[in-house]
Amino acid sequence: MLNINTEKNGNELTFKLSGRLDTVTAPELEAPVRNDLSGVSDLIFDLKDLEYISSAGLRVLLLAQKTMNKQGKMVVKNVSEEINEIFEVTGFSDILTVE
Amino acid sequence: MSELRIEATKENLDDVLMFIDEELEKLDCSMKIQMQIDLSVEEIFINIASYAYYPDTGMAFISFESENDGSIVLISFTDTGVPYNPLEKEDPDITLTSEERQVGGLGIFLVKKNMDEVYYKYENGNNVLTMKKKIK
Repeated sequence: MLNINTEKNGNELTFKLSGRLDTVTAPELEAPVRNDLSGVSDLIFDLKDLEYISSAGLRVLLLAQKTMNKQGKMVVKNVSEEINEIFEVTGFSDILTVE
Repeated sequence: MSELRIEATKENLDDVLMFIDEELEKLDCSMKIQMQIDLSVEEIFINIASYAYYPDTGMAFISFESENDGSIVLISFTDTGVPYNPLEKEDPDITLTSEERQVGGLGIFLVKKNMDEVYYKYENGNNVLTMKKKIK
């Protein structure tokens, strides 16, 4: 189960995620990442209430990062210790801006 | 030893993880290790669901056992689909930039990184993948 709370403030877009980002739920985030980023210069992922991320979730974050490389910047914030370790192991700590 | 026989479909992922989590909770496993195990289980189960019986579906058989007073867990997955060793998949280059990196391809890599040992064998028409991790 994944909940996505979306906040748009001018050119800044925030996805606040809670629950689990796995193979089953990742398509729910992939849709707005593919369709709703036009005109966005600042993309923020708030992972405060995200309990779990698997490779399917990492894939969507990388997809978002690739899009934002072309049009602005992306920040990932409030990352738990458990998820941060997954970022470390996969090299995502180097390609994402984690705050 | 606990066992789960379940149809290998993406929709059954939650049931598989619930089975694993129940077993890990009995062993007082930390949340961090539980997540590492869950995401490894997810990758293997989803692999079976996606490829083993494609374009049909089939069954997966999952067993969970612990050793050394519950300090080591062994989880094994058996399916009767096409022979396939996922461990042969090449690791992604994690030093590339976000531009250069391919989306995807991290699943099996995460299994190898998060588990202490992973083995594959094809035996009597079965793919058997076993993973082992020290949990305390």
